Amino acid sequence: MRYIPNSAEERAEMLRDIGLSSADDLFRSIPADILLKRDLNVIEPMAENEVIAEMERLADANSAAKKVSFLGGGVYSHFSPTIVDYLIQRSEFFTSYTPYQPEVTQGTLQYIFEFQTLVCQLTGMDVANASMYDGSTAMAEAFLMAQRVTRRDKVLVLETVHPEYTQVAKTYTQHGELVLETIGFDSSTGTVLESDLAKLDDHTAALVVQSPNFFGAIEDLDALAEKAHAVGALLVVVVTEAISLGLLKTPGACGADIVVAEGQSFGVPMSFGGPHVGLFACRDKYVRQMPGRLSGIAYDKNGNRGFVLTLATREQHIRRDKATSNICTNQGLIALAATIYLETMGKKGLEEVAVQNLQKAAYARNKIDSLEGYSATFDSHGFNEFVVTGPKDAESILKQLADDEGILGGIALSRYYNNHDNDFLVCVTETNTRAEIDRFVEALAAAG
Amino acid sequence: MTIKKVTSHPTQNEALIFERSRPGRVGYRLPALDVEEASLDDLLPANMRRDDGLAGVPEVSEVDVVRHFTRLSTWNFSIDLGMYPLGSCTMKYNSRLNEKVARIGGFANHHPLAPEDESQGALELMYQLQEDLAEITGLPGVTLQPAAGAHGEMTGVMLIRAALDKRDGDASHERRVMLVPDSAHGTNPASAHMAGFTVKTVKSTEDGFTDIGHLKELCGEGGIAGLMLTNPSTVGIFEKNIREICDIIHEAGGLVYMDGANMNALVGVARPGDMGVDVIHLNLHKTFSTPHGGGGPGSGPCCCTAELDEFLPIPRVVKNGNTYALDFDRPASIGRVKAFFGNFGMMVRALSYINTHGNSGLRQATEAAVLNARYLAHFLVEDYHKPFEADPMHEVILSHKNQTRQGVHTLDIGKRLIDYGFHPMTVYFPLIVDGAMLIEPTESVGRQELDLFVDAMRSIAEETRENPDIVINAPHTTRIGRLDEATAARKPVLKWTPDVEAAGTAS
Amino acid sequence: MANIPEDLRYSKDHEWVRVEGDVAVIGITDYAQDSMGDVVYVEMPNPGDNFNAHDAFGSVESVKAVSEIFTPVGGEVVEINEELNDSPESVNDDPYGDAWMVKIKMDNSGEADALLNAEEYSEFLQSEAD
Repeated sequence: MRYIPNSAEERAEMLRDIGLSSADDLFRSIPADILLKRDLNVIEPMAENEVIAEMERLADANSAAKKVSFLGGGVYSHFSPTIVDYLIQRSEFFTSYTPYQPEVTQGTLQYIFEFQTLVCQLTGMDVANASMYDGSTAMAEAFLMAQRVTRRDKVLVLETVHPEYTQVAKTYTQHGELVLETIGFDSSTGTVLESDLAKLDDHTAALVVQSPNFFGAIEDLDALAEKAHAVGALLVVVVTEAISLGLLKTPGACGADIVVAEGQSFGVPMSFGGPHVGLFACRDKYVRQMPGRLSGIAYDKNGNRGFVLTLATREQHIRRDKATSNICTNQGLIALAATIYLETMGKKGLEEVAVQNLQKAAYARNKIDSLEGYSATFDSHGFNEFVVTGPKDAESILKQLADDEGILGGIALSRYYNNHDNDFLVCVTETNTRAEIDRFVEALAAAG
Repeated sequence: MTIKKVTSHPTQNEALIFERSRPGRVGYRLPALDVEEASLDDLLPANMRRDDGLAGVPEVSEVDVVRHFTRLSTWNFSIDLGMYPLGSCTMKYNSRLNEKVARIGGFANHHPLAPEDESQGALELMYQLQEDLAEITGLPGVTLQPAAGAHGEMTGVMLIRAALDKRDGDASHERRVMLVPDSAHGTNPASAHMAGFTVKTVKSTEDGFTDIGHLKELCGEGGIAGLMLTNPSTVGIFEKNIREICDIIHEAGGLVYMDGANMNALVGVARPGDMGVDVIHLNLHKTFSTPHGGGGPGSGPCCCTAELDEFLPIPRVVKNGNTYALDFDRPASIGRVKAFFGNFGMMVRALSYINTHGNSGLRQATEAAVLNARYLAHFLVEDYHKPFEADPMHEVILSHKNQTRQGVHTLDIGKRLIDYGFHPMTVYFPLIVDGAMLIEPTESVGRQELDLFVDAMRSIAEETRENPDIVINAPHTTRIGRLDEATAARKPVLKWTPDVEAAGTAS
Repeated sequence: MANIPEDLRYSKDHEWVRVEGDVAVIGITDYAQDSMGDVVYVEMPNPGDNFNAHDAFGSVESVKAVSEIFTPVGGEVVEINEELNDSPESVNDDPYGDAWMVKIKMDNSGEADALLNAEEYSEFLQSEAD
């Protein structure tokens, strides 16, 4: 086995050195009746090129990966500078662990500090943690945090929050006191249904809104913050398309108390849904109720600046069942990828890529909206996603596009919403060329 | 004393990227916009746009970024530099082959909401990994959805909760006590709390085993939902009474959750399912070598008995004839624990690891891991106190007891190891051993390096006897000394702002 | 040996109480701060909160530990020491002075009388150490 340095002879010598006669002796402390007395029924060892060949066979069977795609819905195809994937593969980053020993993990601690800073800059918030597993689990943690901060037990979630996120939050909160209630959407704007905001009351811990929402529509966060704050509730803002942060008014400037986001758009491959990275930011005054790790500045006795994990008393290894979360570490390497992406794109790039998404999506939306039989379902301002109502069942249109034209035209809303059989969610990013968009529009016309 | 260093610590300074930023520098280039450009104000009114010009976001060139992160990287210790004996973390070799295959376009560029019939490769891979993990644990129900070990724990205890609620109906309300040994990872009680359980702590015996008498006493108090047990335990010894413990819990009406953090001691040798365990989580980033990545991403699949299968998170990956599908129709499921299907990229790496080892290699890795730990224990007990008599499995626990009279504590020994070119062991965990040093070499270390580690530890013991200050003030060779964590926590500075002082100057 | 002023009352949870009329001024003892190590944060209740004797009213945090603080007497919190937000280190430097934590208007001043005096607390510490 090439991953095990010691040869069979060396292992035999070592056994002799410690007074054992065979490898079986190593397991004498395991009662004989629970020892496995046969070989595992897994594959015989494969050579390197055999593993590659098998993996390529499987990857080939993911035919969708090669197609022109307009899929979004929480996972986005964006350009990632070459150096992102190059740098995260430095041994010192990818084969190290949580920075428990600051003297030999300053590289990790400093990039986490930079990541925290960038998340604050992008969201307009005071403080951000070292990251969560992904956007969905970050949102669930935000619910629990809002409950701790307000000592209230009701969370109002807009139906236009990513449905899988809400499902995760339901799982996380099913055994506590927290009750989730939904707020509907206006059928013409696709944004919050004003009349449902009457559910806000003095039991409400948080109002939870995604913007741009699952339909791609931008919500009026200022107004929602005002309404939430009027009853003493927090405003939790969810962002699944983090590229939008480069252009939209920040959730912080709108009055958000907690912001959670999926950072996959920042240079991270889609990878069939993970690993991605959850961003988590809040107001300064709530930092001690925040889940997750934090890196902060510290000095050594010679006055050298360094970084340490700090405010650790919130965490499970100290507070155990009273911790702010059971999360142990963070999403290290993916947070690093996001950090490298953000720094490489920089001030100018983050704005340019956001503008390109906005422009291309608007171009596609106008073209599709002018097709006979198709229309943009909602009339709100959007970013890079929008819902289209087609002339017939969306699933059949999308299947036809995939089979005949090799185009993945979107996500049928029926996957998540009832009574929207003809509607599908289209996403256009900077990676979609005009030629692709034009071909997509033609294919839609033919399919309709 | 001569120090045999196996690594060097570059000392160049590297500022924060924000301090490196210079107006006008650019590190990227996008293709020109190829659609007619609409007026920005028409697409998005100014009051909906940010007006701060992305203040503070750096402006740097590509070269600046590469140098920045390359320099930062040199401040990290890593497995590829040498032995990283963090007990309970299983810092084994992360194969480059796994990295390569996870980056194949058909995996990396695959959207999770792509049609199932166009995602057959991903689903087949997940199915195959589920089958392998079921065989390795002896527990047939598998979900790959949890994103990390603690996430898998939460999922596991929620399965228990769901099973009890279904079995007992309303009477389940009386059954809310989760037993957790005093030696457990802090994530265990925190996860139990998230599933609505109250935690009671089970004592350990002086030999480091679960105190069966105390366990029975707690069971006698009633209300037992289950037990969360790590095996081999967090002190690295096999819980020899595991069958009896499982029986006691089952007789008390509870279920047994095993924390699989230490499965690297068992793969191919013994299976939790054969011990009476009902549900386990695995850490793909430990046992199955997916990279720790400076703290993540992890992956924490859960494996359970057939009885618990119906409660696993949705969607499940199933095989229908020759095709694979996602099954959402599981009414008894605890629900989703994560958007999409888990950390798929980690699954690719784990399957690549399993296929590379094959059945014989997996057992060989276990043997090598246990042998390495046993070998270290054999040569270290002369200088260091070993609190438990039992043979260590894949990791050995020692304590600072022989050194404290000289004023040298576990933390000092760990820090001094850095000067010898090793990453410190896990320190002060588990809490039941005063001044614990938990050492896990893994199978990825050769005999010469083990011998060097033994030499280093012996040398530190000798320094402790003769010149303890050199240990107490360690490390001496890093670019930065011990940091003032108290001041950092009293006045936390958690992000850069223009008034943060530049590197090298204290406040 | 820990500093144990004669004029204060003590609890077995290592809080001290100074009675000023019907108000109890409460903090943690020198022994407690010494065993915590560098205190980095003190979590306190809000004025107006009510507690029974032996309730936890807050916590003291060091870098790697957290300990709850219990009120030895029941009543309403009338004042908290806001200074501790900015200088938690005073718990280490001056536990009986600058680092008082809360003032509680006692429901029953008899509760304070029942606490240990300096000599008894000193004996208690001695017995704990044995």
